[in-house]
Amino acid sequence: MSSRVEILNDGGYRSDGRRQYELRDISIDTSQQGSADGCCTLRHGLTEVLVTIFGPREAKMRSQTLHDRAVINVEVNVLPFSTGERRRRARADRRILELAATIKSTFEPVVQTALYPRSQVDIYVQVLQQDGGLLHACVNATTLALICAGIPMTDFVCAVSGGVHSTEPLLDLTMLEENDLPHMTVAVMPRTGKVTLVALETRLHVDRFAEIFKLAGEAGQALHKEMKRAVRNRTSRLVDAMETSMKQPVGGERDVVMEDRMDF
Amino acid sequence: MPRPPSPSIPEKEFLYSSLKQSLRLDGRNPLEMRTPALTFGPELGWVECALGKTRVIAQVDAKMVKPPPERPLEGIISIHSELSPMASSEYDSGRPSDEEVTITRMLDKVLRRSDVVDKESLCVLAGQRVWHLRLTIHCLADAGNMLDCSCLAGIVALRHFRRPEVEVVGDEVTVHHPSERAPVPLSMHHTPYCLTFAYFPDATILPVLDPSHLEQTLSAGLLTIALNAQRELCVVQKAGGVPLAPDEILRIVGIAVDKAKELDKLVEQKLKEDWAGRTVEVR
Repeated sequence: MSSRVEILNDGGYRSDGRRQYELRDISIDTSQQGSADGCCTLRHGLTEVLVTIFGPREAKMRSQTLHDRAVINVEVNVLPFSTGERRRRARADRRILELAATIKSTFEPVVQTALYPRSQVDIYVQVLQQDGGLLHACVNATTLALICAGIPMTDFVCAVSGGVHSTEPLLDLTMLEENDLPHMTVAVMPRTGKVTLVALETRLHVDRFAEIFKLAGEAGQALHKEMKRAVRNRTSRLVDAMETSMKQPVGGERDVVMEDRMDF
Repeated sequence: MPRPPSPSIPEKEFLYSSLKQSLRLDGRNPLEMRTPALTFGPELGWVECALGKTRVIAQVDAKMVKPPPERPLEGIISIHSELSPMASSEYDSGRPSDEEVTITRMLDKVLRRSDVVDKESLCVLAGQRVWHLRLTIHCLADAGNMLDCSCLAGIVALRHFRRPEVEVVGDEVTVHHPSERAPVPLSMHHTPYCLTFAYFPDATILPVLDPSHLEQTLSAGLLTIALNAQRELCVVQKAGGVPLAPDEILRIVGIAVDKAKELDKLVEQKLKEDWAGRTVEVR
């Protein structure tokens, strides 16, 4: 390597021109995908994940149902072209299985599964592009997709990743930063401010941990506003569409109604 | 395979009501660990670790291999662990269960990814010969908190292990038999210990350290922290479960720091005792 990328330069800017506490651009797309009950394509900078929800529906495997609540089933698929180097990952890769298990256990206490006994909620996560913060993108996208599917939850789950460069905390790391810095992912429930998920995998001093941990909690609140706005937008468009379709005469031309629906 | 029997309702209520009074079924305090019993085998790098009735054997062996071309200067460490039905009837031998995935991933994170062993010191001849350390973890019995027990067994085995001395003259590598030259310990950066706290659905119940099997099955979330005696966190994992207040997590981290120091002292002492009892012949 001839030139080394500076993670945080003297002017306080990071390699992609952000400030220390600045999050990457978020774009949320909750438009319909096929026959899924809820879906969300979420982009954090260059990281992109697509989550589709099916359910609550009757479980395929009768033996796996629970009599008092719904079962959550998560499947994660990392597409071969999602990283710089094209490579196919086995479905049974431990890292992917762990990601799926983490998503599952994060949402189990948040989704009100007790309302749907003997049924199953399927969460399919497709990782389209990876540029750091995979876990937090997956968690945020799943929250939004579950909301779009109309599945009752007690709160949002907003996840953010954070890291430290020498002693300076950074938020929302890119792949480049993640490879060099100790980092962690924190998911908060904004209404109560409680933490559901903490994942730290690299060596970090206890005092630094406390610092990023608090910071990530605050960032989660900021992210919540963005996510809430996306949900409101979607709902208001849905309501508008419903109102226009109500105005149509009963035996009206269906084509028009369909066109209206195409808008959102 | 039939689903393992879940604890009965009276059992569940008894546990919850006793925990509410800060009493545990085995007479421990909420934040008290079962004292780990470490037994060393005749060979170096063979350790049996027991936390109460949870028992794990860890074994390290080393062989020389050719390194992969992308990392010619680093030794290789591989961890093999299997949860067979021998440990508990809950484990199936087929597809890995969620629990098994968590344990193997955590072992990987704590013992390999957190840079415990200095991999470059395992290089004998760049690009030609490196040591390949193989850590095998056998879970013998599961009476709760398998993860901490296997991590402790693994780390102690690595500390206990000594590899044969090698001599390199030009391109010639000579491996000295332990009877010729004293074997050398692995060069290690730090010694992380894994601590698991269990949370219960009732918020008035305080978290317990080192949950027993029943406590683990009835818990509503586990918080696993791996850290060393130098106050460095290696892994913090709280995957779902009951949501906790941020201050609560920081408090638990503080407790874990003290516990790790105690554990470190115990492990150091045991290793010293074992080493004093060994006679290494140097002819």
